[in-house]
Amino acid sequence: MGQPVAGNEIVRLSGLSAGYDGKPVVADVNLRVAAGEFVGIVGPSGSGKTTLMKVLLGTVHTYAGEAFVDGRRVSLRHRPSVGYVPQLETIDWNFPVTVEEVVMLGRAMQSGPWPWPRKSDTAEMMRLLERLGIARFRKQQIRNLSGGQQQRVFLARALIRNPRLLLLDEPTSGVDIKTRDDILHLLVDLHREGVTVILSTHELNAVAAHLPRVVCINHGIVADGNPAEIFTTDVLRRTYGGDMVVVRQGGMTLVADSPHFFDGRAGGAGEVAV
Amino acid sequence: MLFADITEPFEFEFFRHALIAATMVGALTGLVGVFVVLRRMSYIGHGMSHSVFGGAVVGYVAGFNFYLAAGIWGFLSALLINQTTRKRQIGADAAIGIVTTASFALGVALISRASSVTRNFDAALFGNLLGVSQADIWVIAAVLAFTVGAVFFLYKQLLFLTFDSEVAPVYGVPAGWIDTVFSLVLAATIIASIRIMGVTLIAASLVIPPVVARLLTDRFAVMLVLSSLIGAAVAFSGMFVSYYWDIASGASIVLLSAAVFVATIFSVTLRNWIRTGRPVPATRELTAAEAKALFD
Repeated sequence: MGQPVAGNEIVRLSGLSAGYDGKPVVADVNLRVAAGEFVGIVGPSGSGKTTLMKVLLGTVHTYAGEAFVDGRRVSLRHRPSVGYVPQLETIDWNFPVTVEEVVMLGRAMQSGPWPWPRKSDTAEMMRLLERLGIARFRKQQIRNLSGGQQQRVFLARALIRNPRLLLLDEPTSGVDIKTRDDILHLLVDLHREGVTVILSTHELNAVAAHLPRVVCINHGIVADGNPAEIFTTDVLRRTYGGDMVVVRQGGMTLVADSPHFFDGRAGGAGEVAV
Repeated sequence: MLFADITEPFEFEFFRHALIAATMVGALTGLVGVFVVLRRMSYIGHGMSHSVFGGAVVGYVAGFNFYLAAGIWGFLSALLINQTTRKRQIGADAAIGIVTTASFALGVALISRASSVTRNFDAALFGNLLGVSQADIWVIAAVLAFTVGAVFFLYKQLLFLTFDSEVAPVYGVPAGWIDTVFSLVLAATIIASIRIMGVTLIAASLVIPPVVARLLTDRFAVMLVLSSLIGAAVAFSGMFVSYYWDIASGASIVLLSAAVFVATIFSVTLRNWIRTGRPVPATRELTAAEAKALFD
């Protein structure tokens, strides 16, 4: 299964295998993403979502195949200029750093030899912080923000590089449902402005509600397409190795756990049209 | 204590030399220690000093210059630790333990074989304000100047790598090159500090001033300045304690640093209590509401 690519191609993976210490985590991956697309990568923990991100960042060994970003081959020696938002679980929230310092790190290699930022960089940072609604927190230490505000700080750090491609590793993990919705709407807005967005997530329903294209992976690509079409019990079983219920209602696709207790009717997976 | 008592030690050249050297060493270890603490590499200061001790003994036995022998040994140890740490199965603490204790053991073995060497390394183990020469002062000043320059011109890159080592290379920060410079600076700091602090006590001077500074500020740049000033102040004061109470200079500086740490913990806890209306230990993470109450 694959998605036809329209317009300029920004990502191309051809027969790619990649992993750590000589052991591939993903194998024989073929993927094309056109400029301006909004793509979600879903799959169980350890299935290779983050590894695929790292391939696009040029921070992981590839054992076979090729990876191209913006027409240039990616490797450990040739890293592309992209915006990247890591999993927030990796951040040391007690680190003595303020919101504006974190955002300016996005231009650490472009803003001259002095420790202080240039006026133009500061102006760009303020514009971004205003846009993301966190300007009033700019002098705050990052621990003192809510989960959604913290996510926006790292999004601002990625956006200050004016990237054509934005990669986000599980941007909605560990945040409440309202914050998750806010983050995804923000990403949709960026996508509408022409930024190509690729994110990994565990949130199948959020992906189905907000994203036009999703790639299901489990050490390789299981399915690729519109979530309304590819979220089937068969694809989800091959992706996650378990049974799930797919509910379709009024154009919406919802994925639910296979219930043990549900109004007296126990167990079973399948597709339900309401 | 009379004014004459305070000025008395200045009559001695050895004290003037030691005071200048210790103050610079305090500022140096305070500055470098910020990166050591925030990178959670506190153990590396302890290990590196032991490693340098081994190199110094080898150099002494072989008839090399102290700084040259200890410098090359320390730098190679730092690189070896970095390389060993990159093996995914070996943690940084284990890598430091293996490389540095082996080096220290080599030094001890050589001393055991040549008993005449022992006397000369007492000062290296615990610090001694006697015998700090003009040349030592110049070496410390050069290391301090280089370190300040490196931190100034590589500030953004060092901050990025220390804060988010996974993403910094993605954004173009040359992590390998910067880490090598940091290893060089750390090795040079330890070598320059050995005569004042002693091998066994350098780790404390790398850790305590940054930790005190962290309790006092939430800003990285301020932490760098505060830690350097605290390090310099306790080293300056510690030399008088060392002189008047006849205590090894490293021990007096570390004891004074520990006293400053305890006083800071106490005062920050008290401040939090007054502002939030209930006891909040200085070492516990504040909730968002508590932090707001403190900083608003």
